[in-house]
Amino acid sequence: MGSNGQIIRKKDLNFWDRLYIPEILKGLVLTFRQMFKPEITVQFPEERFTPPAQFRGRPVLVEENGVERCVACGLCSRVCPALAIEVQASETELAKERFPIKFEINMVRCIFCGFCEEVCPEEAIIMSNEYLLVFNNQQEAVFGKDKLLKSAAEMHDRLEFLRQHR
Amino acid sequence: MAKLTIDERVLDVDPQLTVIQAAAANGIEIPHFCWHPKLSVAGNCRMCLVEVEKMPKLAIACATQVAEGMVVRTKSDRVIKARNAVMEFLLINHPLDCPICDEAGECKLQDYAYKYSIGYSRFDEDKVHKPKRVELGPRVLLDVERCIMCSRCVRFADEVARQPVLTFTQRGTHVVLTTFPETQLDNRYSMNVVEICPVGALTSRDFRFKSRVWEMSSTDTICAGCSRGCNMNMWVRNNEILRLTPRHNEDVNSYWMCDDGRLKTFPWVNSPRRLSGPLVRKDGQLLETGWDEAIAKAATDLRLFRKGEVAAIGSPFATNEDNYAFQKVMRENLGVKFLDFVEHIVDGDEDDLLIRADKTPNARGARAVGVRPASPSEGLPAILKGISGGSIKALYVLEDNIASDPKIREVLTNLDLLIVHAHERNETTEMADVVFSASTYAEKHGTFVNFQGRVQRIRAAIATLEQDRALDGFAMSRWDKFASQNDKWGKGPRRDARPSWRIVTALGAALGAKAKFQTSEDVFREITERVPEFKGLTFMSVGIRGHMLAARQAAAKPVSVT
Repeated sequence: MGSNGQIIRKKDLNFWDRLYIPEILKGLVLTFRQMFKPEITVQFPEERFTPPAQFRGRPVLVEENGVERCVACGLCSRVCPALAIEVQASETELAKERFPIKFEINMVRCIFCGFCEEVCPEEAIIMSNEYLLVFNNQQEAVFGKDKLLKSAAEMHDRLEFLRQHR
Repeated sequence: MAKLTIDERVLDVDPQLTVIQAAAANGIEIPHFCWHPKLSVAGNCRMCLVEVEKMPKLAIACATQVAEGMVVRTKSDRVIKARNAVMEFLLINHPLDCPICDEAGECKLQDYAYKYSIGYSRFDEDKVHKPKRVELGPRVLLDVERCIMCSRCVRFADEVARQPVLTFTQRGTHVVLTTFPETQLDNRYSMNVVEICPVGALTSRDFRFKSRVWEMSSTDTICAGCSRGCNMNMWVRNNEILRLTPRHNEDVNSYWMCDDGRLKTFPWVNSPRRLSGPLVRKDGQLLETGWDEAIAKAATDLRLFRKGEVAAIGSPFATNEDNYAFQKVMRENLGVKFLDFVEHIVDGDEDDLLIRADKTPNARGARAVGVRPASPSEGLPAILKGISGGSIKALYVLEDNIASDPKIREVLTNLDLLIVHAHERNETTEMADVVFSASTYAEKHGTFVNFQGRVQRIRAAIATLEQDRALDGFAMSRWDKFASQNDKWGKGPRRDARPSWRIVTALGAALGAKAKFQTSEDVFREITERVPEFKGLTFMSVGIRGHMLAARQAAAKPVSVT
């Protein structure tokens, strides 16, 4: 259709195009071909998709030997363009001297950019493959250490991905 | 005067100066670690190497005296190469623990590594390991691995604090900073070594791991610990004071500040015991109430007494503005004659560097703006005697816990009415009938007068309930700027407090005066009109360096700091 509602006929159609039927058949062949290919649709939420290692899901803190790797340097907090991260450091008797007594990510603010992961000198905050985030209120959206800590074994795939591609 | 050329710039400088001093005075930066303007020259860091024409080798700018016709280059290829080498040597054994180091963000080594270093290390052997978390003294912690052996702290202890307890032992890469056996760095100025340490080797035990430096806002203000009035920066995060650091002012405190000033003048401002609003006594109990009710109650109660029955005690802890507005309302609206303040002098607790025996920041200012009796028969002794004798029945006390003195406490029991401005519940508020929660020196704008007669500005760094960091021109951290309603970190504890000058102005209005002070600057303007010593001053002219009171200008003596 033209801008003023007129029907515009293409002038350069050949004989077979003008016959119309072969073009219909061509389209139907394409459709039928897809029917015999393997399905890629996921029946969410009954079925869940597990993203590959390079997927940037919600950030998590890596736990190793029962303690977080994090030394509470605050770089993630500083680099975060959405100011989602709040860290409060404190002293520990361990060799690393410093640990986050409070580490909170406001998941309403988080934009999943992955800058925190990129800037972290300890590979302590990394992006996970979790994308299912539902909150009923603002307070629930603030994730503390209890929700953020994940063991290094659990995060193996992402850590391996970072090792290879960074 | 000698002609000196630095990087093609021709300067006319005092021949007594060294090259680095001449450069600094003219705004040319020569990188340095061990040189400090107030310490002797050590010349051991080699960072300030510069090229001097007709000298065969590079010379250190800190120990090279200026000579007539000298030509210095600070950016030539030879200098840059030497500087890179010095940085590379310093970084060989310096641990890469900036993420856990408190100095990160204000570290000379970190800054110079960006500015003057090649950016990578060729050293792949193991770094030397040395003791960490060494307690040098009650307030200072040492991480020997981070030390770059500049010896600033050693010279500070020797020359300024005059407690020569620090020294280096061992040699080469194994050098260790330590105290002599059975001594510790416990002098009253010990925490200055934390500031002058160019790296994070010496850190404050009080501030340890509390906050990164870039998360705080910094406000130029004045220490309220004694009548010296050291210039300082107040570092605030989430509406809480985290540390105080000295701010350079050659006429008052030079680069230094005492440990008491740093540690004792702020915890009570952050304290959860602070008053959460005005209190009024009902049936023997102090109950929280609104401002209007408290002011109305104070005004009605004060009206019940005759002129001679009311006395007023100002405060050397409050600002000039508070004291001025206070004495004005007391004199003009209540006809008070008995007007004085309580001095807080600890005899003998002073030295020739900074610490003064008078432990209040504003005794001289309080006196100057009129918190003084017209005759000795109306001073503090007369007030106390009058209260004991029953001739004085009501007392109004500004920001001072006078009842902490048991003798005064005893006297105050005879009163019929006691009105108090206070920051937290204390001995005096327990006896009071009306208590106004007053802003502390960290929450208001105003001026103090130090013992030299220097008017100095304090600035609000902590927001009270009625203040807004952005609208009221506070120093703002990134967090302060972007906090929204739902962010916890934007909402530090805020107190329902008001500056004393505002409370007494409101009280004056309730007593029939025309209320006209809107800001502390309005009060200051009236002080400059009424008090000759303040004539011609403005908040602007007092500025960040302070200004001498007019009458005393000639008698001013600069601080004697080596």
